[in-house]
Amino acid sequence: MAKYAMAIDLNKCIGCYNCQIACKDEHVYNAFPPIAAEQPAFGQFWLSIEEREQVWDPSHIKVTYIPKPCQHCDDAPCAKAAENGAVYKRDDGIVIIDPEKAVGQKELVSSCPYGSIYLNEEKGLPQKCTFCAHLVDDNWQEPRCAQSCPMSCMYFGDVEDPESRISKFLAANQGEAFHPEYGTKPNVYYVGLPKPNLSGTVRLAEGNECAANVAVTFTGADGVKRQAVTDCFGDFQFKNVAPGKGTITYELAGYAPQSSPLVLDREITFLGEIKLNR
Amino acid sequence: MKYTTKDEQQYVNCTLSGPVRVFVKDKKIVRILPLEYTQEDDAKPWSITARGETFVRPNKAGIACWVQGSKQQVYSKDRLLTPLKRVDFDPNGERNPQNRGVSGYEPITWDEALSIVTNEIVRIKDENGPSAIAVTGSSHDSWGNIGYRMSALERFWNLVGCTWIDHDPDSWQGSYWGAIHAWGFHWRLGQPPAFDLLGDTFENTDMIVFWSSDPNTTSGDYAWNETDHWRFHMKKLGIKFVFIDPHCNYTSVIDGDKWIKPKPGTDTAMALAIAYTWIKEGTYDKEYIASHTVGFDKWESYLMGNEDGVAKTPEWAAEKTGVEANIIKALAREWASKRTTLAGGGRSGMGHIMRSSYGHEWSRAMVLLMGMQGLGKPGVNYYSTTGGAPADWEFFFPGYADGGISGGSAGPKDLGPRGFPKRATASQIRQRINRACLPECVISPPQTWRGVYGYYGQSAQQQLTECTFPFPGYSEIKMIYRQGASYIGTMMETNRFARMYRDPKLEFVVNQTIYNEPEAKFADIIFPVCTNFERYDIGEWAKISGYSNKLSPTNARVVVFQQKCIEPRGESKPDYQIFALLAERLGIGEMFTEGHPDEMSWIKRMYEVSDLPKVISWEKFLKKGYYIIPPKMDKKPTPALRWFYDQRPIDIPDRPMSTDRPTNATEGLSRLSTPTGKIEFESQLLKKFDPNDNERPPVPHYVPSWEGSESTEILKKYPLQLISPHPRFTFHSQHDGKTLWNDEIPHHRRLINGYRYWVIRINPADAARYGIKENDLVKVWNDRGVVLCAANVTERIREGAVHSYSSGGGYDPQGEPGNNATIDKGGTINQLTSSRFLSKNCAGMAPGSCLVEIAKWTEGV
Ligand SMILES: Nc1nc2c(c(=O)[nH]1)N[C@H]1C(S)=C(S)[C@@H](COP(=O)(O)OP(=O)(O)OC[C@H]3O[C@@H](n4cnc5c(=O)[nH]c(N)nc54)[C@H](O)[C@@H]3O)O[C@H]1N2
Ligand SMILES: Nc1nc2c(c(=O)[nH]1)N[C@H]1C(S)=C(S)[C@@H](COP(=O)(O)OP(=O)(O)OC[C@H]3O[C@@H](n4cnc5c(=O)[nH]c(N)nc54)[C@H](O)[C@@H]3O)O[C@H]1N2
Ligand code: SF4
Ligand code: SF4
Ligand code: SF4
Ligand SMILES: [Ca+2]
Ligand SMILES: [Ca+2]
Ligand SMILES: [Mo+4]
Repeated sequence: MAKYAMAIDLNKCIGCYNCQIACKDEHVYNAFPPIAAEQPAFGQFWLSIEEREQVWDPSHIKVTYIPKPCQHCDDAPCAKAAENGAVYKRDDGIVIIDPEKAVGQKELVSSCPYGSIYLNEEKGLPQKCTFCAHLVDDNWQEPRCAQSCPMSCMYFGDVEDPESRISKFLAANQGEAFHPEYGTKPNVYYVGLPKPNLSGTVRLAEGNECAANVAVTFTGADGVKRQAVTDCFGDFQFKNVAPGKGTITYELAGYAPQSSPLVLDREITFLGEIKLNR
Repeated sequence: MKYTTKDEQQYVNCTLSGPVRVFVKDKKIVRILPLEYTQEDDAKPWSITARGETFVRPNKAGIACWVQGSKQQVYSKDRLLTPLKRVDFDPNGERNPQNRGVSGYEPITWDEALSIVTNEIVRIKDENGPSAIAVTGSSHDSWGNIGYRMSALERFWNLVGCTWIDHDPDSWQGSYWGAIHAWGFHWRLGQPPAFDLLGDTFENTDMIVFWSSDPNTTSGDYAWNETDHWRFHMKKLGIKFVFIDPHCNYTSVIDGDKWIKPKPGTDTAMALAIAYTWIKEGTYDKEYIASHTVGFDKWESYLMGNEDGVAKTPEWAAEKTGVEANIIKALAREWASKRTTLAGGGRSGMGHIMRSSYGHEWSRAMVLLMGMQGLGKPGVNYYSTTGGAPADWEFFFPGYADGGISGGSAGPKDLGPRGFPKRATASQIRQRINRACLPECVISPPQTWRGVYGYYGQSAQQQLTECTFPFPGYSEIKMIYRQGASYIGTMMETNRFARMYRDPKLEFVVNQTIYNEPEAKFADIIFPVCTNFERYDIGEWAKISGYSNKLSPTNARVVVFQQKCIEPRGESKPDYQIFALLAERLGIGEMFTEGHPDEMSWIKRMYEVSDLPKVISWEKFLKKGYYIIPPKMDKKPTPALRWFYDQRPIDIPDRPMSTDRPTNATEGLSRLSTPTGKIEFESQLLKKFDPNDNERPPVPHYVPSWEGSESTEILKKYPLQLISPHPRFTFHSQHDGKTLWNDEIPHHRRLINGYRYWVIRINPADAARYGIKENDLVKVWNDRGVVLCAANVTERIREGAVHSYSSGGGYDPQGEPGNNATIDKGGTINQLTSSRFLSKNCAGMAPGSCLVEIAKWTEGV
């Protein structure tokens, strides 16, 4: 038996929202009993997109788009909260809300820590992503959101088959759970979740011109030394830095080296302008 | 029974933002998928290997989200399903023009509607001649070469006779009025070609400067998420991306290595300072200047301050632009020391900045910057990363600007010689209106402007011709026949349009469109049109042709037989059929149809005259629904301007028409189409036209905006600069205001108190001064209008500027339409933009120059 999962490469996601809308295209005005009832035209997002705007510094803003379908958890709180088996996990790992049995079980909406369940007011029915099980059962290779993704950044398939695209992708990339602290053993893996960032810009004290080619060394709380070189604007950046104390040094031929301690206690640390003197 | 999609019918169609596969069951659309190219007989993916990495063509179409949401559009409650007549309009009695925009409508039969319209056409022609009828379509009709506005609409009205309301070159403003005078390309409206620049960039470019360019949003027109693959690959190759834009745009937040944010409209000052730095530091290509350009000394003299006593130093520019001088210097140095490509606009030669006051000066300056760095050298191009993929351009299939069944008004005229149509039509009436000043032409003629026939690009001189409406001997406007209903959302200072429609001078107004959109609500008779999913047509994805000859931002040339997926909803009809019915009633049925019994017959004819029969049989094309034209990968690439750089005869698949240049001599072939054949730092044509023009002088200048950061008086009342570039989540008005799924995207609209408001972006510092918080309702206004919006407080917009997308479709006046004090709830930002032209001799719209005031909105609506 296959075990279905999804991996999403956020480094390739361009925030086009095709996936969100493809899901609506599949499920609005269409019912697929016994897997899914019709989704209301507005207000439900079986796949929503969470956007993280990180202002690394005033001239670098990074947006990470995080497409968020149901995580098809192995340890699913929604299944535990459901009465008379209204939420069940199929043998292939897909978590389904039974569109008949779940009628009236409104409290399922708040059982999901990911906010993936929506209430169909008219029917009194909680609804969510099905991993397009009706299409999987019809031998489709991908659910609608993945098929619609112009960047093909969603990998869907059998994680127990080492030859599947998703297995190969996860073998080559470190997949992470989104909110592992929820402890639900999700089956959606992310590559490229936003990370703490450290950056600054170096200037020559005399004339305040941008200092290119400055060797910047950052030693983090983990003791690891990392190197960066300033670009033509004097900008440097360390991605994915560990929180805690560290030191940073700046070296440029003909200028006095500089070193200072720092504490990374926020997601984003921008050191501002660092001036080099002769 | 187990669900299977095998019980459903599948069709292929093409939209204005990508080809799709449509699943239908019980005569209803079930789902719509981006087309995949994975069938056995599909063209195999091409690849480019450069710098040790291989890029492979993706296997599916990167369509736009609004195309993905087409089903909701087809079944939108805002569809027009029957012909409508305004309740208080009686063609034989009271017409009540003053009530347009307020009174309701009643359904009438097609027979009644066609009779009223036919009678009015005949009456108005009898009384005033055909020039009393003004006709126009919008920029972007639904896809398909037969039904397109340049095809069916043009053929019909060329045969009937009318005053054409020409589009101003709105997409091309700066290129058309400016860049043409620096490098020619008038037949491309001043935009450069992009042949094979994808490969050249992969191989040779170190840095790309995206100047007023957001290709992730605008895609280079019609191809949506096609080009992002290329930019990801460029990043992988180590190419650095710098963005110059008051808004940290959507490409920048994915890929940007630096965001530089000038005050809107001041960019020319920065360009001058970059050139100044290169001259000061001697870091420009002096040999190229000597061999490939003219007038450099005049440019240098202006930059150095010999002309006006002001040297165009980075410090000078810093004051104008708000960008620190050292950043400008650093950029200039990096640019000169690396192989740098300029992405000016989302498609080479576009960009919102050139749709602002004196935008032509920016466009010219961009060409000249590249001229100083050896434009055409490997890796040194003017290229917005939205075209230039491998493609077989010898394979002929027409684009919409080839004119379809009308016979064509612009471009290389490739269809006619192939016998399509049998008899081409052409406008019989010389009188024209520029759509940018349509309301004034109707309400308060005479109106004078320069650049008549501006859109057609037959020559550079053409834009210097002055005209006055009405043209001598021709009529004023008594009737408007409008295909599409977007102008209240998309034109400038659009309360003017509402006032125009309510003017008693207009005896009769027809609107032919798909949805109950803003402008339709001002018509006397409305013809309901079906969507492209409800009719047959034929078209190549994103293929414009004509003034955009052989330019495509897609990964593959996909020619689609647009299959009818469902019957037209209600009583709606294809444009073509509406015109055929009108033509029959006017006694010109046969002339219009050329004896073709229906669209299918025209489609087959277009198939026959194209190169398709060489590669796919008619039967197979009908059944399969598409054909992918494979590029010839053994052909040696000919990067766009390399021939000019090498001073060889032109070798790209595009060249001036024979009337433009001496094309017989080898020497002529290695020239640009400027008067000197070179890049002109001093425009020879403009020097001849008016050497003392201080708004568009022979050498490009920085001219402070007539409504911008240096406008002392207006700034007191309206202190914020509003920019209104192209909407990220719609194609102009087309996918907005119709209860669609993209309305739920928080960048597009926001649900507040049960209403979906248009979004305006404001910097946190400004927001704090105004006491505005995220998701607050705000009132945005100036003397031209008042609009309610939802506030998005973000560092992504520079201080002092606000950003709200243009071209909404949701006009919702809370009072008398056309009154500048009436509040619009629907987010019609273009009520606020100015109708002033770019500059005195350049009759194009300039939405980028707009000052507004903002306040938190506390009253209920
Ligand atoms: N999603 C979407 N794409 C479209 C369209 C659409 O409606 N929606 N329309 C299509 C059409 S018809 C056209 S003509 C093209 C237009 O393509 P473009 O002209 O390239 O697009 P714009 O969005 O107008 O402007 C591009 C960028 O200019 C920036 N900008 C605004 N003012 C200034 C300024 O003063 N200085 C600088 N440096 N930058 C500035 C904007 O923030 C924006 O990021 O787009 C096409 N693509
Ligand atoms: N503020 C600001 N304003 C701008 C710009 C800007 O940068 N800023 N850019 C300008 C530019 S570049 C452009 S191109 C214009 C575009 O502005 P418009 O020319 O007004 O174009 P669209 O919004 O695409 O309008 C298309 C209309 O045609 C209708 N339609 C679609 N398909 C069909 C069909 O098959 N048959 C019929 N009968 N009707 C159909 C649609 O419903 C819609 O009403 O906007 C300009 N406006
Ligand atoms: S994400 Fe939420 S709805 Fe989905 S399985 Fe986990 S708990 Fe249930
Ligand atoms: S897998 Fe299917 S149901 Fe789930 S988000 Fe994607 S399209 Fe929607
Ligand atoms: S479709 Fe793909 S690229 Fe677009 S938002 Fe979804 S995951 Fe991102
Ligand atoms: Ca049409
Ligand atoms: Ca895109
Ligand atoms: Mo345009």
